Amino acid sequence: MDTNLLKRRSEHEWEIPQRGAMRVPAVIYGSEALIRAMDHKVYEQASNVAALPGIVEASYAMPDAHWGYGFPIGGVAAFDPDQGGVVSAGGVGFDVSCGVRCLHTGLARPDIVAHQTSLADALYQRIPAGVGSTGAIRLNAEEMDAMLVGGAKWAVGRGWGEAQDLERIEEHGHMQHAKPGAVSPQAKHRQRDEMGTLGSGNHYLEVQEVTAIYAADLAAPFGLKVGDIVVMIHCGSRGLGHQIGTDFLKRMAIAAASFGIVLPDRELACAPIKSDLGAEYLGAMRAAINCAFANRQILTYLVREIFADVLPQARLPLLYDVSHNTCKVEQHRAGGTVRALYVHRKGATRAFGPGHPDIPAALRAAGQPVLIGGSMGTSSYVLAGTAESEARAFSSACHGAGRAMSRHQALREYSGRQVVDDLAKRGILIRSPSMRGIAEEAPDAYKDVAAVVDAADAAGLARKVARLEPLICVKG
Amino acid sequence: MRSNAPQSAGRSFFLRLSNPVAEVTCAAKEEGRNIAVMQGRWEHFSHEADMGVRGFGATKAAAFEQAALAMTAVIADPATIAARESVAIECEAPDDELLLAEWLNQLIYEMATRRMLFSRFAVAIDGGRLTGTAWGEPIEVARHHPAVEVKGATYTALRVARAESGWIAQTVVDV
Repeated sequence: MDTNLLKRRSEHEWEIPQRGAMRVPAVIYGSEALIRAMDHKVYEQASNVAALPGIVEASYAMPDAHWGYGFPIGGVAAFDPDQGGVVSAGGVGFDVSCGVRCLHTGLARPDIVAHQTSLADALYQRIPAGVGSTGAIRLNAEEMDAMLVGGAKWAVGRGWGEAQDLERIEEHGHMQHAKPGAVSPQAKHRQRDEMGTLGSGNHYLEVQEVTAIYAADLAAPFGLKVGDIVVMIHCGSRGLGHQIGTDFLKRMAIAAASFGIVLPDRELACAPIKSDLGAEYLGAMRAAINCAFANRQILTYLVREIFADVLPQARLPLLYDVSHNTCKVEQHRAGGTVRALYVHRKGATRAFGPGHPDIPAALRAAGQPVLIGGSMGTSSYVLAGTAESEARAFSSACHGAGRAMSRHQALREYSGRQVVDDLAKRGILIRSPSMRGIAEEAPDAYKDVAAVVDAADAAGLARKVARLEPLICVKG
Repeated sequence: MRSNAPQSAGRSFFLRLSNPVAEVTCAAKEEGRNIAVMQGRWEHFSHEADMGVRGFGATKAAAFEQAALAMTAVIADPATIAARESVAIECEAPDDELLLAEWLNQLIYEMATRRMLFSRFAVAIDGGRLTGTAWGEPIEVARHHPAVEVKGATYTALRVARAESGWIAQTVVDV
């Protein structure tokens, strides 16, 4: 991106001044190097989002922002229903409530070294991953609706977890106001065999080691210290969420004109929050959030079973579970008043600051854990929401590294087998059904996640707490 | 700054020239972009996070068929997929572009729920209504080596238009 097009507000805050149809400015967070490397499409897309009805304060882009669909990936935008604000299916994305869950293990590096291969093999054999994989759970119509209303709470009720897990999940693992009736039969059909599956693409399950602590005062309440082994799960609402995205993108694109909404890009398809279609989407999207919670809960159950077989001394309580493709109703200060706003985070992680009532009591003083997944072979990070994050971007931070090269380019540059062998030499075991998938997801196909996390920290979006490095990666 | 222009994909990379159609396509591509498109063909184009699929055909329907083949090639090598079971597809939309997205999304739905991959397509378009058939077989991971599942067809870079002597149909698919 050409920085001459931007007004530099501070070292890590860049403004696209309001112009044309924009109702508010756009703000991009990042170091100068990250901004220069950012695709110009982010500039266009952040500007387009700023033109949507009812947007409040600014259209934001996180340090990992890249070319998305309508909204940039790494985009944050809040809408006021009383000012004609909209909800956008594209602003949430196809993989509704895609997110990251981090589990403690109570183990340290020496505990697992001798078992690394058997653990990798067991995880790969028993965690359904990749194209066409199915879970062991089949839901009838009644159970499907119960899952869509209950989320992780439903899963725990069915025996796939423990009650204390729920405290460590956004919304206590149970998104309110979900409407299974707003979810199409096609979306439910698509999910029928996919409960407890990881998916493919950039989704993964990793066993990681804590290799650095940056903020001891926050790492202690998070229960992290150097040498600890954790498990990180990155996946979303599977076929159900994808189909909801597909269904409502079409319906909103067709209906936009009837609401008097002019779309600079059809992918920005949206409907007023105070419309039947808007309400229907919100009900379906919340059901998809519950589906993602339930899915990650079932995967957690499988992981616990596998550890019980391979490393029975392990205990795997949750550190936290947070999504990065959502629209949530939250109270935020904007224009001098505290209002209920519909905050879209598309490839951006909620990052509530210390003291927020929605943070689990044990972590509340520290701030909400922000879980940043890496790519195979690269580090992941745990950050914490800051007091100033709300004023920066409605309490939001980055979600990952973002791709540095397209899947094509990655395929030209890397061989899957070579990537696996190179990582094995570094002590990282990769298990995946697809060598081509591994090539497309090669570590160097992504931007430097450390630079993204440093920029988020420096911009005050979230504070860096710990670095995690992979030992095992199961890739879909 | 990275280039935003869609780029040609180097299709041969995916197919390893294992089928004769790929050779025809690659030969055609060497002649440049504005070649006559009487012969159906497809290609991928780059999107920063995902994949663009583009079909060319003598008719709009043929371009839709080729776009579907391009989408299959995002997942697996079409040459490995036997066209031995057929699935009928019907869909409609208010304009050509939404119809393309709908066609691809119907295929994604059928692939997901039937756990199948498709390698041959036939499309007829009548106004805003499409009737089609997709031929393929159930996914076999060991034989098809599927790289990634397609979540949905987006409206990004979505375009259905007359090309020099035929039609082009393209969009980006979310993977």
